[in-house]
Amino acid sequence: MDSVVQLQKQLVDYIASLFHEGFLDEQFNQLQQLQDESNPDFVVEVVSLFFEDSERLLNELAKALEQKTIDFRKVDAHVHQFKGSSSSIGAHRVQKVCIAFRNYCEEQNVEGCLKCLQQVKHEYSLVRNKLETLFQLEKQIIAAGGSLPAT
Amino acid sequence: MSSNINTENWMKDIGVLDHLSGVGEGSTSAATKNITALVVDDDSVNQMIHSKILENLGIQNQVVRNGKEAVDLHSSGNNFDLILMDMDMPVMNGIEATRKLRAMGVRSIIAGVSTCTRDELEQKEFMAAGLDDFQEKPLTTPKLVSILQKVNKKC
Repeated sequence: MDSVVQLQKQLVDYIASLFHEGFLDEQFNQLQQLQDESNPDFVVEVVSLFFEDSERLLNELAKALEQKTIDFRKVDAHVHQFKGSSSSIGAHRVQKVCIAFRNYCEEQNVEGCLKCLQQVKHEYSLVRNKLETLFQLEKQIIAAGGSLPAT
Repeated sequence: MSSNINTENWMKDIGVLDHLSGVGEGSTSAATKNITALVVDDDSVNQMIHSKILENLGIQNQVVRNGKEAVDLHSSGNNFDLILMDMDMPVMNGIEATRKLRAMGVRSIIAGVSTCTRDELEQKEFMAAGLDDFQEKPLTTPKLVSILQKVNKKC
């Protein structure tokens, strides 16, 4: 039982650090509160969907910014979508980069856009790793017979 | 604290639920079981979240991807108490869809749900198209509950 308690503490601390470092915001709490016994995998499902969408959007963005003549409206549309879905799951730092990204699109600033693309890729992969670690911890707790700490 | 207790507290606050479930026959689903909703949003993450918020409140709901699908649903005779309308969508956006639905005589509560837009003019246009309410994304259960208060008053 000790190891379960330890794991649970680890999880609580880990989640707290993600909030503290700005990776996640209040919206992630909202998601956790939507999860219940009838749908215990809700958060994992939504976040997985977010990962899928994000990979697709990042590809589209890279392609759009490689064009000889860049269609900034198209780029902006993709960033807008990315901003929307990242804010819906509480991926705070990703969302922030998207906001700056949109400003560069409006200014039609290629350099700025390319910089933001790198930044958003970076932030996305960071939050993705963090969330995957979080879900791993949750799995371990459940496998050890424990329950997830209340949100 | 389970999400169900939270939900019931909110329901109690807005007078949809007179007492917490477990006492008598009152239950979250009984209070809202007759309310139907339509989620109109092109983003699959948002579709999933909005649908779950509604589902947790016991509200039957359907999901479509753009304004045209919403209009088509109504053309074929469907009706909903509440429509959650995203603004930016391909094929037909929220502003146009809201206008069309109102022109068709749809009197459901239409709540615009959109990301914080720098363009205040666009938000005004959205309201003017026939919205009853506007909430900023991301949608949360408390925000939906405040929209539901309008549905309740109407019913």
